[in-house]
Amino acid sequence: MSASIVRSAYWTGVRHGAPFVLVIMPFGLLFGVVGTEAGLNIAEVLGFSILVIAGAAQFTAVQLMVDQAPTVLVLVTALAVNLRMAMYSAALTPHLGAAPLWQRALAAYFLVDQTFALAQARFESRPEMSLRERLAYYAGSITPVCPMWYVATLVGALAGQAIPPEFALDFAVPITFLAMVAPALRTLAHVAAAATSVGVALTLAFLPYQAGVLIAGLVAMMVGAQVELRMGNRE
Amino acid sequence: MSQSSVEIWTIIVLLGIGTFLIRFSFLGMIGERPLPDWLLRHLRYTPVAVLPALVAPMVVWPQATGGEPDPARMLAALATLGVGHVTKNVLAAIGAGAVTLYGMLFVLG
Repeated sequence: MSASIVRSAYWTGVRHGAPFVLVIMPFGLLFGVVGTEAGLNIAEVLGFSILVIAGAAQFTAVQLMVDQAPTVLVLVTALAVNLRMAMYSAALTPHLGAAPLWQRALAAYFLVDQTFALAQARFESRPEMSLRERLAYYAGSITPVCPMWYVATLVGALAGQAIPPEFALDFAVPITFLAMVAPALRTLAHVAAAATSVGVALTLAFLPYQAGVLIAGLVAMMVGAQVELRMGNRE
Repeated sequence: MSQSSVEIWTIIVLLGIGTFLIRFSFLGMIGERPLPDWLLRHLRYTPVAVLPALVAPMVVWPQATGGEPDPARMLAALATLGVGHVTKNVLAAIGAGAVTLYGMLFVLG
């Protein structure tokens, strides 16, 4: 395996990850602003983004802390939002499972929605990639995405109250998630899964602790798998 | 927020550890063992199954409007989905969503 192939896989990852900078930036800024306005200091806001590094869960935790929820409830709910990452972890295991433990631990720390979506798509479309190429591609995709998360959080926390609500930054989160989902609706099975997810989540929105999201996700996965079995995985 | 500094850092650190353990779960334990077909078939749909469930309530009952459905945000969500689906381009989708949102907020006041 020549070093140049690995290097080229790394830079391909960087190129594929780069557009997400424009996604991560408003998202991180928003978390910095929201966290600061909720009463966290800069170290606490940054602590969230560096130790947890999971936007949706961070927003969930801060929201519940503002609502004076007990600590245990805050943790269980925010972790429930992150359970989808167990599925990401399982999905990447066939591709990265042969790597040494420390590399898998590092990959796990950086396993965010964007890097997962990129890696999964790349590894599935190119089964001939070697383990080193895969790790290089993955490291490349992380390079523009994750550091920007820390920086944007810090800038958001510093800018804090200066951003007026007219900017409707609240909607950066849904737009980001939708923009990631839309291109993934490649087959009838994907569309069926997404539609099920929306329907069940809205129906169960009255359930506490984001339980509706978890149930919707599981039901939607089963619907996707069933439709795939019946239709064949037509692209 | 009325939590003490100790309570806040407890939440941050435990949430960090818990989130890492979730991410590390399969990558850490299973190593090279292959996963069964039925499991992989379900995992293929993880993003399209979980993310819409997170987003749907935020689109239909946005917190910024106190949970009242808002035509500007609804249209912005549809524009994001539509452009993202046609172009397969995440940035174009976000651009379409942002332009629609700001445009509609401007038009509708």
